This record gives sequence, C-alpha cells and structure tokens, in this order.
Amino acid sequence: MDETLAEFFRRTILKIPMTEMMTILKTWNFLSENQLQTVNFRQRKESIVQDLVLLCEENRASLNDAAHLDIIYTQFHRHQKIWDVFQMSKAPGDDIDLFDMEQFKSSFKKILQRALKNVTVSFRDAEENSVWIRIAWGTQYKKPNQYKPAYVVYYSQTPYAFTSSSRLKSNLPLLGQALTVASKHHQIVKMDLRSRYLDSLKAIVFKQYNQSFETHNCTTSLQEGSLGLNINMDSRIIHENKVEKERVQRVTQEIFGDYPQPRLEFAQYKLETKFKSDLNGGILAEREEPLRCLVKFSSPHLLEALKSLAPAGIADAPLSPLLTCIPNKGKNYFKIRDK
Amino acid sequence: MSALRPLDKLPGLNTATILLVGTEDALLQQLADSMLKADCTSELKVHLARSLPLPCSVNRPRIDLIVFVVNLHSKLSLQSVEESLCHLDAAFFLGKVAFLATGAGRDSHCSIHRNTVVKLAHTYRSPLLFCDLEIEDFRAAMAQRLVRLLQICAGHVPGVSALNLLSLMRGSENPSLEDL
Repeated sequence: MDETLAEFFRRTILKIPMTEMMTILKTWNFLSENQLQTVNFRQRKESIVQDLVLLCEENRASLNDAAHLDIIYTQFHRHQKIWDVFQMSKAPGDDIDLFDMEQFKSSFKKILQRALKNVTVSFRDAEENSVWIRIAWGTQYKKPNQYKPAYVVYYSQTPYAFTSSSRLKSNLPLLGQALTVASKHHQIVKMDLRSRYLDSLKAIVFKQYNQSFETHNCTTSLQEGSLGLNINMDSRIIHENKVEKERVQRVTQEIFGDYPQPRLEFAQYKLETKFKSDLNGGILAEREEPLRCLVKFSSPHLLEALKSLAPAGIADAPLSPLLTCIPNKGKNYFKIRDK
Repeated sequence: MSALRPLDKLPGLNTATILLVGTEDALLQQLADSMLKADCTSELKVHLARSLPLPCSVNRPRIDLIVFVVNLHSKLSLQSVEESLCHLDAAFFLGKVAFLATGAGRDSHCSIHRNTVVKLAHTYRSPLLFCDLEIEDFRAAMAQRLVRLLQICAGHVPGVSALNLLSLMRGSENPSLEDL
C-alpha cells in the first residue's frame, strides 16, 4: 500500500472517537473479527490506529475501502457538515422510467470521470432507497484531494438530493449536471434550505414532520399541559389572564402542532424594501431606492424557540407568518421585496 | 373591565394581596412561588397578570400592592407596562405601586437602558427595585423584601402606612434624579 493511502487510512481512523471505534469498524466490515481481536484496545490511541493500519495493509485495502470508511464516519457524524437541498424536476411530457440503482451509479461516475480525469467516486447504499455518494475532487493535472470530499445523499424515489457544502464551489454545476442526467431528470434547482441536521431537512422536505403518534383527546391535552403551570400549583396564586393564556396556547398549538419541530439553526431574511415610517418626513422616508438589510435568527433549535415565544410572553400570538411558514414552505432563506 | 381602585373593597381579615404585572409569565410565577415561601404572619395572595386593565371579576380581593415587572432584555415588556399604567387609578400611586426591573446583570442582552426605567419610576413617583429574577438567591431576597412591603401596604404593620413608606424610600434615592 503506498504511503499516501496509508496516511489517509491513518487520519481517517484517527478521527473516530474511541467510544465509536468498534461500532464503526464493525459497520465497515472490512477487518474480520479475528483480526480485530488481535488489536489491544487499551493502548494509546496512536498505537491502536497504527495496528489497525497495519491490518488494513495485510488485507490489501484499496482507496475504495478507505472511501467507504470515510462515508461511514460521515454517516455517524452527519451533524458536522452543513447540508444544502436540491430539487430535480422532469421535463413535462417525460415518461416515468423505472429507476435502476446500478445504472444510476455507473452513469453518475462516468459523467464525472469524463469531465475531470481525476475524481474518486464511492457509493454506499442506505435506508429508504437512498445512496450516499462521496466525491473527492481533482483536476486534469492534480490527483483528487481525499481530505475535502463532497457528500451527496440521494433518495432515489424522490427528486431530492442533499449535498454537504463543499469548499470547492466550482465543481457544483458539474455535480448538479451529473445528478440530473444520471437520475434521468431534466433540471436541478437549489432550494433555499440549509441546516446541519440532515434528518430534519428530510422531515421538512418529505413533509414527515407533522406526524404525531399520540391520539388522545384534544381538549384534555389543552387543559393538562396548558398554561405551562406546575400541577402542584399553589391555590394562593391566581392568574388574571387565564382566558388570554389559553388563547395563546391554542393559537400556538394550531400553528406549530403537538409534534416535535424539525431542527434548524437559523433563518435568514434579506429585505429589499422601501423605508416605511409613521412619522412624516425624515431623511429615510423620501428615499426612492429600497433599503437592503439582512435579518438572521439563530438558535440551537430555531423552531422550538419560535414555538415558545408567545407562551413565554416575549412575542404576541399569532407570530408573523414569515416565521411560521418555514417548515411548510421548506425554506429558511427568504428574500423580501416590495410587491 | 373596571379600573382598579385601591380602596373600593373591604380588606380581608389578615389577608394581603399583591398583583404582579408583567409580560413574562415564567418570571412572575417564580417570583410568586418565592414570595409564598417567605415567612409571613399575614395570609398572602398573589395575582399574576400580563397587563392592565384586568378582566372583570367580582371575586377579586382588594389589591394592596401592585408591582410592575420590566425585563430589561425585552422592549415589549416595557411597552406593555407603560400601556398598563394608564389604566390605573391615580390613588394607587400613593405608595401602592412599585417597579421591578430584571435582567440588569446581563448587560449584553439589555435592550432597554437602565435610565429609561429610572425615569419611568420617577415620573410615577414610585420606588424602583432591581433584581435578577432568574437567580434563585436574589429572587428569594427580593421576595422577602416584597412581602415586607406588602404587609405595610396592607396596613398590617402598626405605625407605618404605605405613604410613610414611600417618603422613607424616596429619601434614600439618588438626589440627582430630581434634575431629570
């Protein structure tokens, strides 16, 4: 095994935290049980990694095997990447072809290899008819950079693909073209949706987020869980605005539902609107050109935070539709212009 | 929806009622819990409201003290308090109203300047208290203080009335406020 490949193995295995090491190696299924037992997992991590790399050499591991391990690592650590969403569409009048996974893979690979002589493409099938694709980009004259790959998760029964934002943005059109042609679509469009949480993006795009599995009576849940109060409430405390609180709770539940919200980290609004003011006059009021302004909401869990704004008394209910339409429209980047 | 008047109802026997007004329900609830835990010879009742005017209610006891809670992190809370103040009978401002500002500890989150609440309290001639209600120890101390204030305003402390207390508290304020 040549040095660069050994180094790549070493660095990839070194990334894996010790708590996940056995799980990931077993999922990879490249080293046998017996081989794994020969490694002393109580040494320092560098020594363990060295032993594992030697075992890989014994098994004559190839670049493809290393790429597989990288994909598995990324699948376990999908939150470390930021994912964009692309939507493909067929031309009107196109027949619905039967999807053949093997044909898709070979077609995808061929398109990329024809355009760039040096590119490493690896596939790993996953649940729900999806495939994880790892692409290491090179150029006509440079070998592929294995340390900055791009990942694509394509759900074959849908027109959606999720890509990890790669730093090498120049290859994005080629990637889009390869996806479109290989999956027999006509056009690909980037959606205004981006997040670290791939599962949440999936839930939003496939409209799976609003399935709540509990079927208890609506009225009881409003009374029990409502008002955010402790059940052991002191009878000496009296809430004057009970009616208003119940209204807020009801409105929030109508808009956001009972189910856990999909997880997004931010929503960004680009405003290009003319300045509107209640006061007559003022320097900005007479400006013809629209003002450009960017408003960004960030949170570890944006939608849950928005859901709790009105019950906490920080905002009035109902919230602005610009905030509440995020999962429905499948967008967290908005451009707002004067109509 | 009736305007609140301080003396339009008979007092309950050994009962003192405080009304906490503020937009952030969780803070009010916590403060109410802390107050009820404090030692007190009178029977306490705590009413929580988001804003004034209060919805019509015949069963409401006489309110002895109103505390307006402003969160310095939220402009909405100040706006709501300012709008509520218009619905209060003027007689309340003779010692039965206090302002409580929370959130001053986290300066980077404050969107309301400290002076704004100071001016507000000065305009209404009422005492202003600062307390970070999110911190349990500070909240417990403030709750104790509010219970004492409440007892005086309810007339349970012989020799001191709400009006006496007001002039006592005013004396300790920063004299430069008179220039505002």
